[in-house]
Amino acid sequence: MKNCEYQQIDPRALSVSPSSVQNHTEKKVQRLRRKWEVFPGKNRFFCDGRIILARQSGILPVTLGLIVVTCGLFFAFDCPFLVTHLTVFIPVIGGVLSLFVVTSLLRTSFTDPGILPRATPDEAADIEKQIDNSGSSTYRPPPRTKEILINQQVVKLKYCFTCKMFRPPRTSHCSLCDNCVERFDHHCPWVGNCVGKRNYRFFYSFIISLSFLTSFIFGCVVTHITLRSQDGKSLIQAIQESPASVVELVICFFSIWSILGLSGFHTYLVASNLTTNEDIKGSWSSKRCTEESGNPYSYNNIMTNCCVTLCGPMPPSLIDRRGFLPLVAASPATETELPPFPVKNDTNMCTKSTKDVLERLVRSLDSRGRCPPGAPKTTPVAVEISAAATPPAERSPPTGCSRQHAGRHTAAAPCPPFARGRERRDSFQSSNPAFRLASPSPSLSRTFILGEAPDVGFIPPP
Amino acid sequence: MSTFHNLQELRHSASLANKVFIQRDYSEGTTCRFQTKFPSELESRIERTLFEDTVKTLNNYYAEAEKIGGQSYLEGCLACATAYLIFLCMETRYEKVLKKIAKYIQEQNEKVYAPRGLLVTDPIDRGMRVIEISIYEDRGSSGSSSGSSSVSGSTAR
Repeated sequence: MKNCEYQQIDPRALSVSPSSVQNHTEKKVQRLRRKWEVFPGKNRFFCDGRIILARQSGILPVTLGLIVVTCGLFFAFDCPFLVTHLTVFIPVIGGVLSLFVVTSLLRTSFTDPGILPRATPDEAADIEKQIDNSGSSTYRPPPRTKEILINQQVVKLKYCFTCKMFRPPRTSHCSLCDNCVERFDHHCPWVGNCVGKRNYRFFYSFIISLSFLTSFIFGCVVTHITLRSQDGKSLIQAIQESPASVVELVICFFSIWSILGLSGFHTYLVASNLTTNEDIKGSWSSKRCTEESGNPYSYNNIMTNCCVTLCGPMPPSLIDRRGFLPLVAASPATETELPPFPVKNDTNMCTKSTKDVLERLVRSLDSRGRCPPGAPKTTPVAVEISAAATPPAERSPPTGCSRQHAGRHTAAAPCPPFARGRERRDSFQSSNPAFRLASPSPSLSRTFILGEAPDVGFIPPP
Repeated sequence: MSTFHNLQELRHSASLANKVFIQRDYSEGTTCRFQTKFPSELESRIERTLFEDTVKTLNNYYAEAEKIGGQSYLEGCLACATAYLIFLCMETRYEKVLKKIAKYIQEQNEKVYAPRGLLVTDPIDRGMRVIEISIYEDRGSSGSSSGSSSVSGSTAR
């Protein structure tokens, strides 16, 4: 597994001198970067962006180690005895449970929990404008909140200063990962990741299957020792014959209480459609709320709540980890505006697709002998995008991606399967570089906060 | 028609004037819906009904993607039974609908918005938080800008 960890990008490495802007060969040498490499949150990425982890992986290795060691000892020392004395299904069940546990754990750890990309500068400016219009103009405004009605209940949305947006309901900012996460449950150190909207079901299946596994192993080990001591030997002798069983017993005994407790707690949360965050804060508790209010998200039916939380549709990843960063079309004006984070110029490979759209539109309108004011405006804008996106950005994927409008499979060849279709979404970002080059007004030409242009993760990460 | 070989000239023909952000409508919960309130900046650019149609259709698409029913339960249970490995091979219903949405937005841009100097950005590119509509202003004369349009096709390729 390639270990391409997130690194702080040095803006000087990105700046291109004005002379080299015209030097296409030099640009070709520059490697196309993927968006995960410039992700602003505290996350680590592996396998070229396919796998996402929190920066502090916490005690995930310990969790994995404990599970693997316990299962290993079980299969090595207890199963042979139990197979001969009881049934062959014991290792089979144990194997299936272990596999399920490990898969769920890895899925929880490596899945994007529902990270919200940070607001683009334009969006942030728009929000600021709205706040200034309604609020006071003191230097440090009070904590910005917005009240909305959800199912006839007043809910306060808080403004996130890091992500520069009003957090959607049930979203919380994780300080460990430095991301806003949708339907934020908690940051689990055992799993090494936040638990949020997208990976809650994996987390729940992990703790449920782990409860079953620990109970199963505990039961089997107790049975094993009991059977051994029944053959005329004392308990001490039985333990001496199988010391590994004691290790397993200890591990299982201490973990069973916490795991079973956690499973029970989360089952309650699932049944009432609550998150750990909300439960701890008491957002919808009867003490805080009036008799009229309660949890506005609950369907007031345990089965529905369970089904919605665990079997609902799988939302897509909003951060486009494996999309390509467009190369900076460096001009003197753009260079000076390089922020601590690198410029995420939107002239990516597939701006050509928007240009195609607009050109086709214009040509069709021209053929009718009419030139509406809108068309020519946009087409020249699109052209300068393609000119700015010089050949390195416009290698084979763009031609493949311009065909994506016809069918996504045609572009599959140059684009790796994980990234298929992603460029298609970038076509609509072409507006940004256009105006940046056309009208370098301060608000518009300011470099974008990273995390804009999230794309659909076609395949949720393993 | 005059020909434009110099992109500098083209650059001056159009510019982004403003961006309008259509925010999310949370009145029905956390499901994805956008407000259908017509922004004042678009009053002179597009008819209210066209705009509302677009937003309502998008809302319907998102509702379809997030619909909780037999098919989504089946998908969820099947995924759970296969230890979620099925997601590696199969495209989820949400992803299928997102593709439809992208196609719809592209079509709307072609037919409705681009002729009016507007460009709609797919909400998925903005974290499903806003529908961003970019408003373009025509800076050049209509004569020169119409000339550039035919040339842009050849120069772009």
